[in-house]
Amino acid sequence: MQRHFDVDLEALRSTLLEMGGIAEDMIGHAVKVLTERDESFADQVQEMEKRVNALHIEIDDRCLKLIALHQPAAGDLRLIAAAIKINSDLERIGDQAVNIAETATYLCHLPRIKLGDIPRMVELAAGMTKDSLDAFSRRDVELAREVIGRDDEEDQLKSETFNELLALMQSDASTIQRAMDIILIARNLERIADHATNIAEDVIFMVLGKDIRHGAERRESPEAAQQ
Amino acid sequence: MVKTLAMPPQYIPDSSPQGSPGGASQAVTLEVRHLKAGYGTTPVLRDVNIKFYDTKVTAIIGPSGCGKSTMIRCLNRMHEITPGASVEGEVLLEGKSILALDPVELRRHVGMVFQRPNPFPSMSIFDNVASGLVLNGARNRPLIAERVEDSLRKAALWDEVKDKLRQPGMSLSGGQQQRLCIARALAVEPRVLLMDEPCSALDPIATARIEELMLGLKNNLTIIIVTHNMQQAARVSDYTAFMLTGELVEFTQTQQIFTKPSDKRTEDYITGRFG
Repeated sequence: MQRHFDVDLEALRSTLLEMGGIAEDMIGHAVKVLTERDESFADQVQEMEKRVNALHIEIDDRCLKLIALHQPAAGDLRLIAAAIKINSDLERIGDQAVNIAETATYLCHLPRIKLGDIPRMVELAAGMTKDSLDAFSRRDVELAREVIGRDDEEDQLKSETFNELLALMQSDASTIQRAMDIILIARNLERIADHATNIAEDVIFMVLGKDIRHGAERRESPEAAQQ
Repeated sequence: MVKTLAMPPQYIPDSSPQGSPGGASQAVTLEVRHLKAGYGTTPVLRDVNIKFYDTKVTAIIGPSGCGKSTMIRCLNRMHEITPGASVEGEVLLEGKSILALDPVELRRHVGMVFQRPNPFPSMSIFDNVASGLVLNGARNRPLIAERVEDSLRKAALWDEVKDKLRQPGMSLSGGQQQRLCIARALAVEPRVLLMDEPCSALDPIATARIEELMLGLKNNLTIIIVTHNMQQAARVSDYTAFMLTGELVEFTQTQQIFTKPSDKRTEDYITGRFG
């Protein structure tokens, strides 16, 4: 039976994906400020953040209305619960992109510094964000699990970046300001990857009704967690 | 009576429903085994197996005609008094077949509240509540009065009617009449309370009162409620059974059924995709 409710749920899904698309663009633009040393991209990031913030409120509002008016259950309820959480993660991804753009704008006015693993961290964080949203769109549990698996590499790269830049600051005090900024950006990228991981976990909950956060799946069934 | 005890797929062993507070030690008040029932040549229940647990509320949901009401009417042998009705299988009340009990005695242990409040029209509020006791041979007036007050208190009606116990039961509002019927059922101290859509004729406030009442009463009872209102099932029950065309499709913890049902037919029904 065709339900009117499905039209509302589809609208929620597409609004969330629209927000996700903007958040992805914000990451890309923020990184360009750093790599292309072009401050105009930072202005675009600021503009996009306004739209993300508006969608953040709009999506929460839609979810509350759907819960209040339809009392959803089962898969419908899990979709709405996931949407509320993904909405929050996307807004935070947007915030991290704004932070990167602001730090990179400052760096534009200083001599260049070696970026080390930052390009790989960008590739990972942006890829994880994109794939987590694809997993949401396609209800793809395998892809969501794959996204979660990539988070360890991002954490590792962040630690390596910290160590490399610490060594650089110790050997050349003139790099301290710039190295500190790169460390901040590495941290922003690592946070983006964490939010993408959260989104992937929410996708698994939405599709399977299984809460795998904080190693719940490993504790419950080590074999299943490895699959 | 069918004697075989083969375990069909929907059978819930003692260790289930998973995560239930009582776990494997949870006491079963009523057990239904291979229950088949119908009217004439029309089968309504097709080999239903289910257990109802002590101090728990079990909701039975399903579309019209799925056999929910027929099932609970089998539990106190009301189904068999319908002309042309047939019934096969076993229902055990605390381990004993209900067929071994006199129907009047059985209905004292397994009380029932119906869709429409049905106080005895010629009786006062007091006499309505006392009727079951009197029918069961009680003659001691002070004891009857004590039990009437106790039952009305349990049904959360005492404060509203204590000054007009001699007025007709029919003089009460719909919601009060339904609580009067609950008090009448409680007066004979049943082990099980069957409720067949008890709130469908009530407004939201009267409904909320009955639901609150159920949550309070379950501490000493097994409550089985048939309802079309899925939010009500979600609010009041510990376990939910979903029935479809005379079969028990799924029976598990209510939270599980409303967040992650395991059968697609259950999901389709509770999300309104059915049909």
